[in-house]
Amino acid sequence: MMNLQTDSRENVSVVKTPLEPMIEINNLRKSFGAQEVLKSVSLKLYNGENLVVLGKSGSGKSVLIKCIVGLLNFDGGTINVLGNEVGSLNIKQLDELRMKVGFLFQSSALYDSMTVKQNLEFPLKRIRREMKEKEINEKIQEVLENVGLASALNKMPSQLSGGMRKRISLARTIIVDPLIVLYDEPTTGLDPVTSDEISALINEVQKKYKTSSIIITHDIECARATANRLLMLKDGEVYLEGKIEEFNKSTDPLIKSFFK
Amino acid sequence: MKKLNPVPKIKNFATEQSIRLSEKTMVETENVNTFLLGIGELSLFIRQIFKETFSRRFEFKEFLRQCYEIGNKSLPLIAVTGAIMGIVFTIQSRPSLAKFGAESMLPSMVAISIIREIGPIITALICAGKVGSGMGAELGSMKVTEQIDAMEVSATNPMKYLVVTRVIAATLMLPILVLFSDAFGIFGSWIGANMKGDVHIVLYFFQAFGAIEFMDFFPALIKTFFFGAVIGVVGCYKGYTAGRGTESVGIAANSAVVISSLMVIIVDMIAVQITDMLQ
Repeated sequence: MMNLQTDSRENVSVVKTPLEPMIEINNLRKSFGAQEVLKSVSLKLYNGENLVVLGKSGSGKSVLIKCIVGLLNFDGGTINVLGNEVGSLNIKQLDELRMKVGFLFQSSALYDSMTVKQNLEFPLKRIRREMKEKEINEKIQEVLENVGLASALNKMPSQLSGGMRKRISLARTIIVDPLIVLYDEPTTGLDPVTSDEISALINEVQKKYKTSSIIITHDIECARATANRLLMLKDGEVYLEGKIEEFNKSTDPLIKSFFK
Repeated sequence: MKKLNPVPKIKNFATEQSIRLSEKTMVETENVNTFLLGIGELSLFIRQIFKETFSRRFEFKEFLRQCYEIGNKSLPLIAVTGAIMGIVFTIQSRPSLAKFGAESMLPSMVAISIIREIGPIITALICAGKVGSGMGAELGSMKVTEQIDAMEVSATNPMKYLVVTRVIAATLMLPILVLFSDAFGIFGSWIGANMKGDVHIVLYFFQAFGAIEFMDFFPALIKTFFFGAVIGVVGCYKGYTAGRGTESVGIAANSAVVISSLMVIIVDMIAVQITDMLQ
């Protein structure tokens, strides 16, 4: 059984030092053909915090974080990640930046043709080239223990359940010790118990690896469990930003529909 | 009785016809536009493959894995098809040659046919079906399940890791598969010849290879490299540019087979013309 702490956000002392933005986005715009997905989005992710981005399906949440890592080109505005302007980086610089930013995909995105071990080795051998085989094996064992799946080392992704795939995917994300982790719908498609476990794991990762995270979700329980701060997107713009208490107290019909 | 004025009717008819014509023109223009855009995208894709092939850090391990997948795993199918092709071709040709009293020409005729044309084209078409569809489906499903994106955020160039390795493996493995197919084809031809006679295998192979010249073998071998490249490029392109839904995986696999088969035949036609000019 995995050993996870399910502490509330108030107990996690991560934003005590002077606020230092890890990601700063100003007036981000992104369209697909005639459809304007992001009209003007501005946000800051501070050092050590978990920022939960809420919004209805199609509100541009996933597009937002894909723009942050350069998986999608954006049309206007600026994205500054760890002091780098994403829009002006060449491929090599972008790859260097990506080594510091982990991304957990909605579909887990484990490589089907590789075992769990090979999946975990893949980013490590490319990003931490200086590591020796023994160090790689130790690191793999460490992250697998952290996500509670040490026994899955030689399994194929097809042999894993949805929750297990998510955890292995998280292990692959954190294995390179990223400074920032971007979670794209981490609990989508999981049962409530597994969702709670993943939310707890996100908090555990934040504490243990001292990461700053943007968590894209429409799962309110996950948002409640993980958020230091929340931001809601509506029609490609920031609709509301604040602490969980402000969202809980809000009388706005859209916010209330989320926080029933 | 008042006489009807035909002018408004003619005017209406002319207007309807011109609207219909302009609509049809717009649809056709759109189709041509899509086709040309497709050609343009494919050209950029090929340029990218060349660029990544000659840039640093070749993914050698993945290349070897692809050689195994394409070469070794296709070999049983190619061998069986080649042998059957040889048997059938011999059985079908024998009566015609017998009519002209040229039965002794059977080994050389079958060998030349297999080496020059039948071996390469049949192998390439089988590989277009097996390897091309496999590439289209694999890369398409990797795209749908965000595995290609995951590779990109792991600071790995998916074009280099997935596409370049597959295209080079297909380009190098196809000629080897064709050589096997030719060998099994001629062996099958000996079996076919022995169904209605008794020919020693050494004598049969001696007669078969005795008739083969450099220009029978060399151009046929060269064109198989192009067949392999076409299958690899089309399979990877269709998979890599697949849409986001699961339906697009099927479409990618299917169109990879159809287009690469057609391209193989077109390349074969061009290769035959060039060989003919050189002889």
